[in-house]
Amino acid sequence: MLDILGKVFGRDELPSKDIAKERLRLVLVHDRATVSPQFLELIKEEVIDVITEYMEIDSNGVEVSIHSLESSVALVASIPIKKMKRAIKAV
Amino acid sequence: MGEVIVVTSGKGGVGKTTTAANLGTALALNEHRVVLVDADIGLRNLDVVMGLENRIVYDLVDVTSGVCRLKQALIRDKRFNENLFLLPAAQTRDKTAVTPEQMKALDEELKLEFDYVIVDCPAGIEQGFRNAIAGADRAIVVTTPEVSAVRDADRIIGLLEASEMAEVQLLINRIRPNMVKRGDMMDIDDIIDILAVDLIGVVPEDDRIVIATNRGEPAVLDSTSRSGQAFRNVACRITGEQVPLMPLEIEEGFMARMKHLLGFGR
Ligand SMILES: Nc1ncnc2c1ncn2[C@@H]1O[C@H](COP(=O)(O)OP(=O)(O)O)[C@@H](O)[C@H]1O
Ligand SMILES: [Mg+2]
Repeated sequence: MLDILGKVFGRDELPSKDIAKERLRLVLVHDRATVSPQFLELIKEEVIDVITEYMEIDSNGVEVSIHSLESSVALVASIPIKKMKRAIKAV
Repeated sequence: MGEVIVVTSGKGGVGKTTTAANLGTALALNEHRVVLVDADIGLRNLDVVMGLENRIVYDLVDVTSGVCRLKQALIRDKRFNENLFLLPAAQTRDKTAVTPEQMKALDEELKLEFDYVIVDCPAGIEQGFRNAIAGADRAIVVTTPEVSAVRDADRIIGLLEASEMAEVQLLINRIRPNMVKRGDMMDIDDIIDILAVDLIGVVPEDDRIVIATNRGEPAVLDSTSRSGQAFRNVACRITGEQVPLMPLEIEEGFMARMKHLLGFGR
């Protein structure tokens, strides 16, 4: 993202306010997602609900977390599958 | 029935006390009845910014703990007839000397007497913050255009929303137009974009604030001060008036003008 901006601006040095804005964007995704422990717990429950329609999963082993990467933040879910339902025929 | 407005921020030193003093004074100048409540218990400041430090007899904790009646603790600012009063913070106690319920009751009582109750909140998200917001109808969140201050503002806005504060508005303080122009300071749109909150005003960085604080005379009393004008505008917006944002004036130095002439300006 920052690289692209850099090219658009046609200068190798990005204005420091754009760096500030991008850093803030990333840190706030992380802050807002982790500020309340219930938040991820809520997402986890809803993810379990959705996924169980398609497969049998070990709901006790489900983990949902937020990972900060170099220039992005990812919501990572690990969902152990016990058994797969037969695929519903595509319409 | 008056309105209780808490001035808060999360991060310290961004201008809460300066804002509370200037908004209270500007509202009083416009003939509203105002009381300033210093909720920063243990770190009393609003009294010196207002130039009223020599007149304190009782404080907020004396009121909530029943040592004196509310009327006895209110200091009248003689410059503004019957329009401006200060309820000072206790200096020798800590934030746990007051509970949110006590603050709420205090605010309710003050609302009966005054049009505006302006509460100066301590930094942080602990009990002092909880106390200060307890009885508020509206919150003004102060930030500077810096990463750390904006981040803390976001946290505070989240907490205010969680506590079901009816109205939350942002005040951007200490903006430096020439740095914004250079691209070295986030501008108003950047900050609003990030925080997704209503804006109540923008106050420029201004040496007059320091001078005003030295004298104990809020900058809104100085008709030529830009920050004073900005705070007067915010006071008008509080009362529901539509006042456009003041243009950010660039104080151009010699070098800046030369760069412009030579076409280096961005
Ligand atoms: N717009 C401004 N321009 C210049 N100095 C300012 C401005 N706003 C606040 N200050 C200064 O910043 C310092 C901190 O302000 P203060 O109101 O005490 O912050 P807080 O109450 O949030 O801790 C003070 O020295 C004050 O004079
Ligand atoms: Mg203060």
